[in-house]
Amino acid sequence: MDFRHFFDSKKISFIAIFAVLTTFSAVQAADTATADTIAATSHGAHAEEEFEPTNMIMEHISDAHDWHLWGHTSIPLPVILYTDKGFEFFLSSEFHHGEHDYHGTYYNYRLVDKKKIQVVNTAGGVDEEASKKVWDFSITKNVASMFLSVILLLLVFTSVAQAYKKRGAKAPKGLQSFLEPVILFVRDDIARPNIGHKYARFMPLLLTIFFFIWINNLLGLIPIFPGAANVTGNIAVTFVLALIVLVVVNFSGNKYYWKHILLPDVPWWLYPIMIPVELVGVISKPFALMIRLFANITAGHIIILSLISLIFVFKSLAIAPVSLAFVLFMNVLELLVAALQAFIFTLLTALFIGMAVEEHH
Amino acid sequence: MSFDIGNPSIGLVFWTFVAFLLLLLLLRKFAWKPIMEAIGEREKSIEDALTSAEKAKAEMARLTNENEQLLKAARAERDVILKEAKELKDQIVADAKHLAQAEGAKLIEQARKEIDDQKKRALAEVKNQVSSLSLEIARKVLQKEFEDERKQEALVSDLLKDVKLN
Repeated sequence: MDFRHFFDSKKISFIAIFAVLTTFSAVQAADTATADTIAATSHGAHAEEEFEPTNMIMEHISDAHDWHLWGHTSIPLPVILYTDKGFEFFLSSEFHHGEHDYHGTYYNYRLVDKKKIQVVNTAGGVDEEASKKVWDFSITKNVASMFLSVILLLLVFTSVAQAYKKRGAKAPKGLQSFLEPVILFVRDDIARPNIGHKYARFMPLLLTIFFFIWINNLLGLIPIFPGAANVTGNIAVTFVLALIVLVVVNFSGNKYYWKHILLPDVPWWLYPIMIPVELVGVISKPFALMIRLFANITAGHIIILSLISLIFVFKSLAIAPVSLAFVLFMNVLELLVAALQAFIFTLLTALFIGMAVEEHH
Repeated sequence: MSFDIGNPSIGLVFWTFVAFLLLLLLLRKFAWKPIMEAIGEREKSIEDALTSAEKAKAEMARLTNENEQLLKAARAERDVILKEAKELKDQIVADAKHLAQAEGAKLIEQARKEIDDQKKRALAEVKNQVSSLSLEIARKVLQKEFEDERKQEALVSDLLKDVKLN
């Protein structure tokens, strides 16, 4: 059989990825540049405002109430506030990027630091007391991006499931054949070796965690609209994932697991030390999961953004090729990290579940 | 600007929870279950196919072996039959030879007896002939001899000469 066309297409797709990444890097640079000039022009008093990479980077990796497209254009997102008097719904465009206060039904709101919504009192200052009673359930950029990833996952996997139903026991084809090795990898290399014969019950959770983290990592690498949200690099998201893992692990824990924690095999007088240590272990395992994913993804984003910032810090176009080369390298590395972190999170989840359901003889 | 990236916001926590659980439930029902089942079924069918192929191979080997065995047995039987036939042939030939020899001997014996009989009979005939001839001759000679008296007296005297009275 002739496999040449296959290598050709591989080469082509590699070139395509290369080109797309280069474009992304360029777009990212241009995007940051315009943001910078806008920031400079909007503060007309300072002829040339000092470029603050920290601000720019933090803005890019934090959540936002609108989804920035380019220049001054962004998609407004719904704001949902739960106050002590009731719910408030309005679009984030009402804030005009934080320049205007919004007169809501119950309070007046102001967007502070582009992301925090606070109550404004009659004197025009921020009412800290009232602000504490306002719970922000807005569909922020991260939430919207996450919904997008959820929809994508649902579309992809229901279609794959359809393919399985239609094709039965025949060989996989198309998207199905791309995802089947990944699914089998999760089953044969993550779930089975770590959990043992009871793995089937946890497969949906492990697969969902794996693909949810992976696709959000990937979407986070796209610097323009459908991506650009740092979902898995947000501690709230990793916190929820880790919390779910914590709950699942402890609820599936059998008597040996609890005996190991509450009645460890040590002399009784060591219990005052051992039991708290074991209990800390229960919390620290998911805590490490939360921090690891958050830190890895955020760090990757910070490095890429820092490399781009170099161009503006040096105020020289000459640095751009160097910077872009590094950004490109980092982007490719982040592609690996995206899958790697999804794998590690899933692997450790499986490992913790395995420890909880393990039978002792 | 404050950098509170280490501070989870309640809204995102809530929505992540909702989104993830929803995703988990939907995917479990509509994706993971059918996919894992289909993969399991396919693996099972492949395993079954391999097992049956193995079985067919064993059966084939068994049949071939049996054929060989049969062939061998047939060959052995053929050899036995051939050997028996050869023995039978030899036996028959030997028997025939013996019979022929016996028959021949008998015939020769008979012939010899016949010849002896014939010879005896011929000899007896010759004897009779000779005796009658000699008698005739003797009679004729005597007749001739005793035609004159003197001769008869001479002979008697001769004879008496011979007879000595002791």
